[in-house]
Amino acid sequence: MPVKQMTAAADLADRYDIVVIGAGPAGMAAATEAASHDVRVLLCDENPAPGGQIYRAITRNRPVAFKLLGASYAEGLPLVQRFLDCRADYAAGATVWSLQGAHPESEPEIGLTLGGSARRIRAGRVILATGATERPMPVPGWTLPGVMMAGAAQIALKSASAVPQGRIVLAGCGPLLYLLANQLSDAGAHIVALLDTSDRRQRWAAIQHLPSFAASPYLRKGLSLLVSAYRRIKVIGGVQDIAVSGQDRAEKVRFSTRKKQHVIEADTVLLHQGVIPAINLTSAAGCELVWDDAQHCFRPVVDGVGRTSVPGIICAGDGAGIGGARHAAVAGRIAAMTATTDLRIGTDPDCARQLSALQRRARYLLRGRRFLDLLYHPAPQFRAPRDPDTIVCRCEEIRAGTLRQAVGLGVPGPNQLKTFLRCGMGPCQGRMCAPTVTEIMAEMQGKSPAEVGTYRLRAPVKPLRLAELAAMPHTPAAIQAVAGHAPSDFQPNRKESP
Amino acid sequence: MFRRIEAVADEIGFFFDGRPLRAMQGETVATALLASGVGVFRSSVVSGAPRAPLCLMGVCFDCLVEIDGVENRQSCLVEIREGMDVRSQNRARQLKQGTISCR
Repeated sequence: MPVKQMTAAADLADRYDIVVIGAGPAGMAAATEAASHDVRVLLCDENPAPGGQIYRAITRNRPVAFKLLGASYAEGLPLVQRFLDCRADYAAGATVWSLQGAHPESEPEIGLTLGGSARRIRAGRVILATGATERPMPVPGWTLPGVMMAGAAQIALKSASAVPQGRIVLAGCGPLLYLLANQLSDAGAHIVALLDTSDRRQRWAAIQHLPSFAASPYLRKGLSLLVSAYRRIKVIGGVQDIAVSGQDRAEKVRFSTRKKQHVIEADTVLLHQGVIPAINLTSAAGCELVWDDAQHCFRPVVDGVGRTSVPGIICAGDGAGIGGARHAAVAGRIAAMTATTDLRIGTDPDCARQLSALQRRARYLLRGRRFLDLLYHPAPQFRAPRDPDTIVCRCEEIRAGTLRQAVGLGVPGPNQLKTFLRCGMGPCQGRMCAPTVTEIMAEMQGKSPAEVGTYRLRAPVKPLRLAELAAMPHTPAAIQAVAGHAPSDFQPNRKESP
Repeated sequence: MFRRIEAVADEIGFFFDGRPLRAMQGETVATALLASGVGVFRSSVVSGAPRAPLCLMGVCFDCLVEIDGVENRQSCLVEIREGMDVRSQNRARQLKQGTISCR
């Protein structure tokens, strides 16, 4: 029986045994595994189609795209197919804006919007498969139209068969930058240069992890990417700073290497310095976070099978720490088995053996990552911008200089910075500036990012319309508190009587 | 701005600021705009500077537009539909009269 596509909030059940959030490899694998037991499963995803970012638009792409995107993209097909064939409810285009963990008297609760109306539903267990986002790369001029993250260009290629027009400059570090350079070149795009900002000092830190990298599939893949990029694209290494300028859109990229200053003209600038877990919903649900020094990011604390610190909430895939798509698919299955076991449903006697086999597989798939994490650890000047004019908070347009001034006045932490500057309080709710704010504070206060911490987040983690919120059922106490009168005379759907 | 690398099979029509444009079935409003040569989606709330999508994956909120009368929609998360009325947003939104009634 195929998945049941849900298009309206009203059609959802009041309660599901397991709700999975995110339709990337971890989420799809989790939903498929969970639905194979006798449980009610809902998968909610923000995007119009399954696949997440890595397998984006995989269900409707044509041969041209598959050829361009390569074997690792096509690998997602069986995963997506199994999900589409499973016995779960699937809410595409659903925005989850709140999540509460289990309490002694209540199960986890999810607030979401689907088809224009908001709804709260309960779940026995929630599996967060929120995936990764690109680490912000704040450089002067990165708010100009024509400047995008590299992942955005890859999304356009995957989902719209579109490539940037005109001259393209790629800048930053990490494997995805080289992968994209090759894919864009293959697609006939005009790449003027790839500016590699890798911190060369990181080679020493990475080298001790070379043996496990050499034994992993990443070695061959990485080498062929590099060779193919160097053959066709002008790669400039040792780039130490970058600024984009232009009247109303990107026109020029200025950068410096150890020897000199350079200026090149560009119509599109694609930035990238690795990916980090998407933690907004996880963090707002109260899950404890930990600073991961090797990946240089915050991630939720999880036990060996994905349980977070909040009862009822499990986290799997890149959202729990970057491990890549193959690892995420295995982690998703582990999370589903954890959920069914915790709920004491569908446990078969073989479960423990299956689980330990999956855990071995997950560990195996992490081989070689530590080397990549350390080698492509972004350079300090791209994590905590030094040019005072660099916009850090894109929504509220707060610049690095203003931030540093406030930190210098003795603002104790990222949360107090919000009060001072409104930094992180725009529509993106700190998604684009949180890592940079932590880095700047850590640098200025001589602390580790772990000590500085990050923004405390609260629901709704995505904007929803007041009308949606108002139309939801409310408790008498809540109505009294807000409206100042008893609920008896409150009838939100009352028609004007004649 | 973007260009397509293959011919679009299932074309549909939509509007941006009243101008008729073509899109590919199944893509998002954001990529439909970018591939139609739209370089600026909105002007920023604080300074009025021109903005266009940064991430295309629901994170940056720089692709906000008005779609069929609903403001502040993330165009990178909304699938394009035949006849959609998409409008750019200038600076901060104003409260619309009549959307919420108080009694």
